[in-house]
Amino acid sequence: MINIDTEPPQNSQGSGSRQARSFDSAPLPEKEVLLGWLRQMLLIREFEVRTMQGYQNRLIGGFCHIYIGQEAIAVGTIAAVNPDDPVVLAYRDHGHALARGMDPKYCMAEMFGRIGGCAKGKGGSMHMFDAEHYLYGGHGIVGAQTPLGTGLAFATKYEDEILHDGKSNHVTLCFMGDGALNQGCFYETMNLASLLDIPVIFVVENNRYSMGTSIERGTSMANDLHVKSEAFGIDHAIVDGKNVTELYSQFKPIADWCRKNSRPYFVEAQTYRYKGHSMSDPRKYRTKDEELVEESKDCIAFLTTQLVEEYDVVADAIKQMTHQVKAQVREAVEWAKNSPETPIEELYKDVFTDSWGPFTGTSAPEMLQDRGEA
Amino acid sequence: MSVATASRVIEFREALREAMSEEMRNDKRVFLLGEEVAQYDGAYKVSKGMLEEFGPRRIIDTPISESGFSGMAIGAAMRGLRPIVEFMSWSFSLVAADPILNNAAKMLYMSGGQFGCPIVFRGNDGAGGQLASTHSWCVESLYANVPGLKMAIPYDPYDAKGLLKTAIQDDNPVFFLESERLLSTTGHVPEEEYTIPFGKALIRREGRDCTIISFGRPLHFCEEAAAELAKEGIDCEIIDGRTIRPLDIDTMVQSVQKTNACVVVDQSWSFASVGSEIASQIHSICFDELDNFVHRVHSDDVPTPYAQNLEQAYLPNARKICEAVRAATYNA
Repeated sequence: MINIDTEPPQNSQGSGSRQARSFDSAPLPEKEVLLGWLRQMLLIREFEVRTMQGYQNRLIGGFCHIYIGQEAIAVGTIAAVNPDDPVVLAYRDHGHALARGMDPKYCMAEMFGRIGGCAKGKGGSMHMFDAEHYLYGGHGIVGAQTPLGTGLAFATKYEDEILHDGKSNHVTLCFMGDGALNQGCFYETMNLASLLDIPVIFVVENNRYSMGTSIERGTSMANDLHVKSEAFGIDHAIVDGKNVTELYSQFKPIADWCRKNSRPYFVEAQTYRYKGHSMSDPRKYRTKDEELVEESKDCIAFLTTQLVEEYDVVADAIKQMTHQVKAQVREAVEWAKNSPETPIEELYKDVFTDSWGPFTGTSAPEMLQDRGEA
Repeated sequence: MSVATASRVIEFREALREAMSEEMRNDKRVFLLGEEVAQYDGAYKVSKGMLEEFGPRRIIDTPISESGFSGMAIGAAMRGLRPIVEFMSWSFSLVAADPILNNAAKMLYMSGGQFGCPIVFRGNDGAGGQLASTHSWCVESLYANVPGLKMAIPYDPYDAKGLLKTAIQDDNPVFFLESERLLSTTGHVPEEEYTIPFGKALIRREGRDCTIISFGRPLHFCEEAAAELAKEGIDCEIIDGRTIRPLDIDTMVQSVQKTNACVVVDQSWSFASVGSEIASQIHSICFDELDNFVHRVHSDDVPTPYAQNLEQAYLPNARKICEAVRAATYNA
């Protein structure tokens, strides 16, 4: 008979004298890596501009949520973890998919509802999945991805403890908006993550609006969001979501700590959503002045200045990068337009893994076949 | 070894436990989580002793957070683990409706075939005994409406073990609906491993005059009714559907083509139900062979009452089934 651990996990019980955890900032990587981040942020922004065009031209339907303004968060946090650490997203997910390495053509084709899309046109804007990049989806129901992310992290821990010899020590990134703070399942999830010592980081992208409701109108303790995680014994940090280098430096040690200690973390990244909640949002709930002030603190402009002033990058090089990115997105749009409509036979595929009745089993999307995975 | 030759008799709950334990020994990716499944030995003692064998990493007590732990298990399944989620009652699954219906059932489709969800949700379904309205849900009609999930309802210990093993081995989400009222019933169950395929109905009683189709616990009342009706000279054939998705409509149709009369007994409510679906399919396929329309027996179309006499009047029972069969066979 094995020894059953009957004591509650120590980490989650609280001692009555919890202190905020603090880390030394991680050193920044070399200039080429920073240029890579800038390129990713430019790519996401250009991609989103073309996404809005696609929506206006009715190539994209349904709900579509634009990430412009928040690019530094996806880029800075994903840069701080390993390429095989699981990532799970909310519905404002194009930027993270690109930051994670998805070719923009598959992302655009998904929104165009084409067979070449990452989910064969069955998911759309809110459902960016990429198995090769350990991207476990954008998810459409607010907060629904938080227990999923905890489950992914639970699985990585289970793999280490039960399935494999040795430790892969993954940490899982679970992105969410500030609106998800008001969904019940997130509180159940934090309780579980703390009790079970699960290495998941809840990255709360606080863009100050959940749909058209400002955080002050919809969320209690709006200026002290960290109290929500403190209630579960989960450590927290607040990072500037518009400054990618500072964000990385603060986030990297948190990710490393979670990986090493198998604990959850709550990171509030403060940012601003330049566009509406979705494409149909006229933004009457906030002032133009407020938008201008926020847009003047732009994450791309910030990194550009930093690279020019501190790393001797010449402005022309950045200009050239911008042109390259525009060409890349233009090609992605063309590729997506040329990808055939998803054939009707796909309707009954991927409902079940096996074939029975009208169901015809499952098959991998072109995206994975191109990489020789299918 | 078949059920007929198995000498060992065990309880339904032991058969469930044996299925889970065998699969956990065979496949380390399988684990069990839910309320009271570990230290307490299971709220209904289904998982008794499993903590001692498999340890707290694989038999996991959760807080009362169905939405949270269901969603967590689904995330683990997306990564390739094979969780068994015990709902103390399927009634409590309603607060987990979003993860189990939106995520488990649709993940493979939404991800374009990239991420499946090999997971079993299991627990007590249907009236337990004076548990009143919120704790007596029959979820089969509610959830069978959703594409992307499979659904099994075992009636005896032999099927409980064989169907649950199939469920755990399946690469798709399976909703496994047990009955608290059956957990202490006993039956012949072989000690060795076996599985029962989904989508294969079982003819539990052969007869000439009327086909009775049902699932799970109401089959007990069908058998009572058939015995009573035999005294009146009405010879009933009882079909245990075993799984609702996939539904073995072929076996049901073949029986109706023989008897030319059909009664569906479904413990959920009648409106837009498993019973109405089966009746519709039988009407479509056996239109020329039916001597009468398909009669249906359901729980009454009201919330489940607490008072014992009201609950008994509300549930499907032998009396209601006898009346339906007599009507369907023009013996009323």
